[in-house]
Amino acid sequence: MPDMARKTTTARKATVTALAWTVGFLIFFPVLWTFLTSFKTEGEAIAAPPSFLFFDWTVENYLTVNERSDYPRHFWNSVVIAVGSTLLGVLIAIPAAWSLAFVPGRRTRDVLMWMLSTKMMPAVGVLVPMYLIFRDTGLLDTKSGLVGVLTLVNLPIIVWMLYTYFKEIPAEILEAARMDGAGLRSEIIYVLAPMAVPGIASTILLNIILAWNEAFWTLNLAAAKAAPLTAFIASYSSPEGLFYAKLSAASTMAIAPILILGWFSQKQLVRGLTFGAVK
Amino acid sequence: MGRITLRNVSKRFGEVAVIPSINLEIGDGEFVVFVGPSGCGKSTLLRLIAGLEDVSGGVIEIDGVNATGLPPAKRGLAMVFQSYALYPHMSVRRNIAFPLKMAGMDPAEIARKVEAAAAVLNLTGYLDRRPGQLSGGQRQRVAIGRAIVREPKAFLFDEPLSNLDAALRVNMRLEISELHQALKTTMIYVTHDQVEAMTMADKIVVVNQGRIEQVGSPLDLYRAPANLFVAGFIGSPKMNLIGGPEAARHGAVTMGLRPEHIDLSTSAGTWRGTVGISEHLGSDTFLRVQVEGPGMITVRTGGDSGLRHGDAVFLTPQTGRMHRFDADGKAMA
Amino acid sequence: MATQHSRTAARLMISPAVILLFLWMIVPLAMTLYFSFLRYNLLMPGMEEWAGFSNYRYFLTDPAFFTALRNTLVLVLGVLMITVTGGILLALLLDQPMWGQGIVRILVIAPFFVMPTVSALVWTNMFMNPVNGLFAHAAKAMGLQPYDFLAQSPLLSITLIVAWQWLPFATLILLTALQSLDSEQMEAAAMDGAGPLSRFVYITVPHLTRSITVVILIQTIFLLSVFAEILVTTNGGPGTASTTLTYLVYVQSMLQFDVGGGAAGGIVAVILANVVAIFLMRMIGRNLDA
Ligand SMILES: Nc1ncnc2c1ncn2[C@@H]1O[C@H](COP(=O)(O)OP(=O)(O)OP(=O)(O)O)[C@@H](O)[C@H]1O
Ligand SMILES: [Mg+2]
Repeated sequence: MPDMARKTTTARKATVTALAWTVGFLIFFPVLWTFLTSFKTEGEAIAAPPSFLFFDWTVENYLTVNERSDYPRHFWNSVVIAVGSTLLGVLIAIPAAWSLAFVPGRRTRDVLMWMLSTKMMPAVGVLVPMYLIFRDTGLLDTKSGLVGVLTLVNLPIIVWMLYTYFKEIPAEILEAARMDGAGLRSEIIYVLAPMAVPGIASTILLNIILAWNEAFWTLNLAAAKAAPLTAFIASYSSPEGLFYAKLSAASTMAIAPILILGWFSQKQLVRGLTFGAVK
Repeated sequence: MGRITLRNVSKRFGEVAVIPSINLEIGDGEFVVFVGPSGCGKSTLLRLIAGLEDVSGGVIEIDGVNATGLPPAKRGLAMVFQSYALYPHMSVRRNIAFPLKMAGMDPAEIARKVEAAAAVLNLTGYLDRRPGQLSGGQRQRVAIGRAIVREPKAFLFDEPLSNLDAALRVNMRLEISELHQALKTTMIYVTHDQVEAMTMADKIVVVNQGRIEQVGSPLDLYRAPANLFVAGFIGSPKMNLIGGPEAARHGAVTMGLRPEHIDLSTSAGTWRGTVGISEHLGSDTFLRVQVEGPGMITVRTGGDSGLRHGDAVFLTPQTGRMHRFDADGKAMA
Repeated sequence: MATQHSRTAARLMISPAVILLFLWMIVPLAMTLYFSFLRYNLLMPGMEEWAGFSNYRYFLTDPAFFTALRNTLVLVLGVLMITVTGGILLALLLDQPMWGQGIVRILVIAPFFVMPTVSALVWTNMFMNPVNGLFAHAAKAMGLQPYDFLAQSPLLSITLIVAWQWLPFATLILLTALQSLDSEQMEAAAMDGAGPLSRFVYITVPHLTRSITVVILIQTIFLLSVFAEILVTTNGGPGTASTTLTYLVYVQSMLQFDVGGGAAGGIVAVILANVVAIFLMRMIGRNLDA
């Protein structure tokens, strides 16, 4: 195979590297720019020509954002809503995925497809009743209300992801556990769950990311005290005066945790978001 | 104890009757082998006994007690799977201990039993490894260890050796036989390898398309196959089955002759033929001989046979050893 | 693995998920359907009355509806075109041997993790703002007139922002697909005398087709409900220049408090989404191994 074995020339590799880094840098630039701006003063943030690295670095903006605008509370709301809805979803989804993966029946495929189809229902189609239900049950602007909605919104994805991971576990091992005298609970707790730890972990990770960034229900159902960062940041669109630097600081804090989680879960992300179609 | 009785047991998957109806008696302490071609329903039968599948009809009794509706955990049987089905996230020790833990046994007692089982199976040095760090044979032994610690009423094996290489397979075959000698517990063993069946079984159950063709000791089946299917399945190489006028001369529709029951001569005999392919196994040689009339016939001869392709030979069937079958394939008296 | 026991257990274990999702689908939807036949405004409580199909008549004959429909199509197709083309090119680039591939990957994937409100705000203010935005600075430095993106081409601007968010998704999936391409298959093709170009055409492209389908399907699901980006940047304006169907329904029900009209719009959106969904599910069904 002369073609395959041909050594890539260094020149070619260098060209590719330069090109890829340039493109990567351009795509990443808005994030980088936000990060840099968050350390500028408001004046420097809008200065023309803009300074890239050579400005007086300051953490002023972070302090202001944290002090003046209840930032920590909204951050905490995001954590509670994202983590809470994910864990609740996983708790409901593990038994469901077990059923689908290990006791397949004639309707298994239909159930899976139906679950997926609930994802395709446009949220606006049920916006009004959800708003009214929330208003009338006192769930409006509460964390528990949002946890509930986001659990339902992401449940199909969680079930699907867990299902694709469970499918890879040979049924014989669970049967062995059954022969060894394990009941259903023991079978799931001692055998299935530990074997599926990587899959469950990446499901949790991906769903925290999705829930953290969800911005339809959070914007419509929790405008004030229970508002997570998505909704809180949106309120930055209309303050008076100079705000780029503070916006950048708030944004940096809002996206940093998820950026870090996301970088760890790139591989699982593909699989989760394509419902196992691409691995 | 470990007496298992199947009465009119049947199994359907949807519309397909994989097992139409089976009656079988397995005595306490017996080593029973289910043998049959791929897809005939051996595994299904074993899984019905294990309780991993529901019967569609009939009754399964274990030690005289109706176990038909019991979940696998309650039947007191242990199973060794073809893929071993070891728990990959547990050490060998915890794998073997798992059934005892599920039974709620005291940890000190568990530790003692695990050590004892490991000693029997030569696994003592590997107790803290994970299954992934073991060879195929060792994994097999762990799976057996996990089965024996529970002291089950019976062991169920589903083609346990099919993932091992030939040499190891012979070894494990002996080990399992020895284990049976030592424990005297009922064993039901599924295989499609008739050599395993012949060498290990007290009793062979030949299964074909979900039906039992014949039940008997290895020698019974070898000497007196009840029908064409068993005749063709048991014995290696296969029995020569001859139809047409040759069989009619002996009053049968089909006539069966094992390769080892045909005398070979270069000078005279009943049939004249030409040597085709010869297979030298060292101790024996099997010749494929093209005979006018009966057709292609396999004959066993000594390892030092000098016969070659194209040589003319004469074959004489040993009359007393001939099997005769009627139009339905049933053996005739 | 299928005894009566395990089947009963399975039904029990799946029922919470199924019941919850069923309720989630059916209860609010039924309510929306009911509201859509009422004259019902939140500002005038207690005045609800049966309205027949008038809400639908108003919604469907409203010129804003057609604008919104067109805008939705433009947005979805625009983003799909940019991300799929860009994704293929980027994936092919990143699949080449290079130094620091892992880092480039991380840089490229980053926008996907930025929450929609943040990316919308950052782009509108710090890049597209005609006075202080980076693009304006650049234009002035070159002696050009700064372009007011959001006022002059609001829909295009939003399309670009959303495309920036979804380009990483397409890239990552196509790159994964490229890397999962069996190298033995490539080698076999090379043995059969296929040159680099025919290997690309006969092996790489068919292999990617499946993943491209998946990318289109999944992005469509998410793109049909783009909301925050519009809310934060243009509020659907100027006029209805950047109002999509989702946003139009939002405006009717949440800003004009017209529950009946909003509900009718919601039902229309659901029906349209279902038409797309049925079509998508056909394809998705073939591409997912359930
Ligand atoms: N869950 C199932 N659903 C439908 N048909 C099945 C199922 N399990 C087994 N079968 C069918 O039942 C028949 C018997 O299968 P079984 O696994 O018992 O064969 P086997 O004798 O063990 O074969 P092998 O030697 O290949 O393991 C086969 O035709 C198989 O296709
Ligand atoms: Mg089998």
